[in-house]
Amino acid sequence: MSLPELQGLLLTIITAATPLLFAALGELVTERSGVLNLGVEGMMAVGAVIGFIAGHVTGLSVVGVVASVVAGMAMAALFAVVTLVFVANQVASGLALTLFGLGLSGLIGDRYVSIPGLSLERIHIPGLTDIPLVGPLIFGEDPLVYVAVALAIAVSWFLFSTRAGLIVRATGDNHVSAHALGYDVIRVRFLAVIFGGACAGLAGGYLSIVYSTQWIPNMTAGRGWIAIALVVFGTWLPGRVVVGAVLFGAISILQLNAQGYGVSLPPQFLNALPYLTTVVVLVIISRNRTLLRVNTPACLGQAFVPDR
Amino acid sequence: MNKLLVATTAACALALSAGMAGAAPLKACWVYVGPHNDGGYSQQHDIGRQAVAKALGDKVDASTYIENVPETDSERPIRELAQKGCQIIFTTSFGFMESTIKVAKDFPNVKFEHATGFMTAPNVSTYNIRWYEGRYVMGQIAAKVSKKGLAGYIVSFPIPEVIMGIDAFMLGAQSVNPNFKIKIVWVNSWFDPGKEGDAANVLINQGADILVQHTDSPAPMQAAEKAGIHAFGQSSDMSRFGPHAHLASLIDNWGPYYIKEVQAVLDGTWTSHQAWEGFKTGLVEVAPLQNMPDDVKAMAEDTIAKIKSGALHPFQGPIYKQSTGMPSKETEVVGPGQVIDDKTLLGLNWYVNGIDDKMPQ
Amino acid sequence: MRIELIRRPQRSARMAVLSPLIAIALTVVAGFVIFAANGVDPVGALYVYFIEKLTAWWSIQDLIVKMTPLILIGVGLSLSYLSNTWNIGAEGQLAAGAIAGSVLPIYFPDWGGPLVVTLMLLMGILGGMAYGAIPALLKTRFGTNEILTSLMLVYVADLVLDWVARGPWRNPAGYNFPNSRQFSDNQLLPVIAGQHVTVATVIALVVAVAAWFLLGKTLTGFRIRVLGEAPRAGAFAGFSRNRMVLVAFLISGGLAGLAGICEVAGPLGQLRISVSPGYGFTAIIVAFLGRLNPLGVIVASFVLGLSYLGGEGIQSTYHLSDQIARVFQGMLLFFVLACDTMIFYRVRIVSTRRAPPPAAEAVRESA
Repeated sequence: MSLPELQGLLLTIITAATPLLFAALGELVTERSGVLNLGVEGMMAVGAVIGFIAGHVTGLSVVGVVASVVAGMAMAALFAVVTLVFVANQVASGLALTLFGLGLSGLIGDRYVSIPGLSLERIHIPGLTDIPLVGPLIFGEDPLVYVAVALAIAVSWFLFSTRAGLIVRATGDNHVSAHALGYDVIRVRFLAVIFGGACAGLAGGYLSIVYSTQWIPNMTAGRGWIAIALVVFGTWLPGRVVVGAVLFGAISILQLNAQGYGVSLPPQFLNALPYLTTVVVLVIISRNRTLLRVNTPACLGQAFVPDR
Repeated sequence: MNKLLVATTAACALALSAGMAGAAPLKACWVYVGPHNDGGYSQQHDIGRQAVAKALGDKVDASTYIENVPETDSERPIRELAQKGCQIIFTTSFGFMESTIKVAKDFPNVKFEHATGFMTAPNVSTYNIRWYEGRYVMGQIAAKVSKKGLAGYIVSFPIPEVIMGIDAFMLGAQSVNPNFKIKIVWVNSWFDPGKEGDAANVLINQGADILVQHTDSPAPMQAAEKAGIHAFGQSSDMSRFGPHAHLASLIDNWGPYYIKEVQAVLDGTWTSHQAWEGFKTGLVEVAPLQNMPDDVKAMAEDTIAKIKSGALHPFQGPIYKQSTGMPSKETEVVGPGQVIDDKTLLGLNWYVNGIDDKMPQ
Repeated sequence: MRIELIRRPQRSARMAVLSPLIAIALTVVAGFVIFAANGVDPVGALYVYFIEKLTAWWSIQDLIVKMTPLILIGVGLSLSYLSNTWNIGAEGQLAAGAIAGSVLPIYFPDWGGPLVVTLMLLMGILGGMAYGAIPALLKTRFGTNEILTSLMLVYVADLVLDWVARGPWRNPAGYNFPNSRQFSDNQLLPVIAGQHVTVATVIALVVAVAAWFLLGKTLTGFRIRVLGEAPRAGAFAGFSRNRMVLVAFLISGGLAGLAGICEVAGPLGQLRISVSPGYGFTAIIVAFLGRLNPLGVIVASFVLGLSYLGGEGIQSTYHLSDQIARVFQGMLLFFVLACDTMIFYRVRIVSTRRAPPPAAEAVRESA
């Protein structure tokens, strides 16, 4: 493979991995606080359509990106109210959010299908970007890729080096004790869920503004579910989630790449790999009791109602 | 049966009560597999539908369609249209085939037309486009415009229609440059902008400077525009997605056919048939021709005219099947001057010589 | 201002009945708003959405056909969820059942008749069970979270189905197009009413009643409910948690598999690259809507089936996007989930005042 080809391949992989990374990081924080939000797909879809429309109407892709974040937060708020205030079953609520989000995005976006939209240009630093291979990869990505990397670092720092992050993790590991210590469990979880929604919305915005530069119904194509799998694949650690996102992004790209070289494997097998791998990883981390205890939020999915 | 009749009448009355006139204009209805505004395949059918409304005016009510019908669940929507008084129903995707036949059995007085299929009945026709004619022209353009002699071909599923397209494209390219090559990538979907875009980027990375697609989203065109190469669009005019990249789009022009068929029902002359039309009746266009030197444009228009008149057939021999060695009598399908017949084309499942990729099983 | 939940001493029977009605009412109101906002006559649209499909025999048949897999899967899932085992992979188990049940007609195209069809159904059940056993065993052996494993396996099963129906099992006379050959009439489920209602509907209803009986009147049903509501009590009573996980997945997986083969040998008549428009996920909603009660599942299937058909009716009459069905379903589920809280909790809106007088504090403490 020639250098420009390798470079192009890696750029494509990074672009494929970025929306997964955004959504997974958000869901990671949500799950760390003890809430399982299966509605990532719905939040992403709404983020994508709102982001696209906002960008299209104002003519500024930045506005689109911000709008997608806000849209994701709004959807997450709906979920948070139902599961945290009304103490509804998180699994069912997440599925309702997915359904509602997908349907709502289709309804809102009906008039905007297949209109060419704006895009975010890749940055170009004279001198640095032109370094062969490494240049475009590190210095020539679109701005949101850098945001994603920064977000991964920020989430990691937040969760493991700040007191607020400790509180979030405590809420996820033992909400009864956290409450006894005086922390407002509901509030912490609420904020974590909203953050998750912001990230999912951003992931959607990335899809419709950078990745595909248009809105099409069902364009999320299951990425929300992959993001959920990614969180587990990365054992709820941001660093591993980054690796997972790149891996999962790579699998789909490499399968297409292999075809270009004349290698033909049944595509269904390759497409199933991310999911099979996640199951394997799930099993491995469950077997190791220590690993499990250390990293899985113990109260994941459990409702919490503060009593007096 | 009586109960059914009463119930049907009641349902129709209720449904039509929302303001449809008494002496009913002919009701023509459509079933789409995707959104009516997908910018591709289904949208072209919808444009055809609108053409009927415009051309036949008051005589016809062409306002009804159901979109996003999954192929696994298509019987009910088709049946609903029949129940709601549609007199001719166009089911526009291959996957609707069995459902169309089933529903047609229960409504012998309703006419059905199924696109790209092969099952007929006394009240069911099939209709199809000779897309391969357009692909041949595109192949010729590609061979002229490409500097590297390599095109990237993005496809959905290995069904005969797609294989026909690949083979015709290759034959057209070979008529200009016998050493032209293509790389084929299967994305296993008719419409997946993310995947199509990825496939496009992969092919661009591997050196293709022309992109061809047999999928429905504008993603490959956009990728070509970004990378500064050329591409062909599919189903609808995709020039707005790639102002500098766009060479031509393979445009489905269903309007003339739809108008013809609905008029036939109005005249009482409709019969079941298997229509397979192309350049001659204007069902397919290779347009608009852009971003190419004038002599290439002239060549393309000339080829189109020749195919229209019948002077040239894309699948005219000698044609050899794909093989590892040199083309020979063993791999020859048709000799010089002979033409592959329609029946073989409809079941096509082999590549022509010159294509290096293996066909997926 | 804050919303406070105070646990009721026992389930409010009144709210249990009112809750779904309130939820439906709220959904109708929200629907009114959505239709009006889209420039469509709200009353007419609501009529088309909810009522019109009930006015004709042919659409009632369609409703019944749509309800059947929802009832089958929903009943299985409600049993599973009652025992606190979260099988989210019914969609995958459905596909597995469809594949397993189609083996006979594909490999022995000349075999037919009631015995063969019964075998097909049994194989479908076994296929669903086997596939459902995977997340169950992963949970009992390794403690792996069954929500995530069963969900991931859905995609795997769908891809296997796609491969099988597009590849080795596709119709040899089908010009390389995907989907298997059409099954012959004696390889299909017999039609018992109208043109489309097959014996699968009867099976579904029987299963629902049987499940209701199982839950309410048998020891296994008791075990399921105890392990779900009070796991420690169940453990003390000697009910095996691990055994229950396996049983829950086998039952729900088997029923999903049955739904799969009934679709293939019924409305579809062949094995296709996709045999379900999401029944496995809709059934999760059905289970919740039916309050995890098998008889409630029948009612919930009715409501959700109607919402699917209504969505199509809206599309063909008002040309609104068909996505509206999903919006309705999502909204309905949200409302149901929110209203259900009131069965177990009293909702109180508390205004956050500053330092309340000590006397009032003491009174509140003792309330």
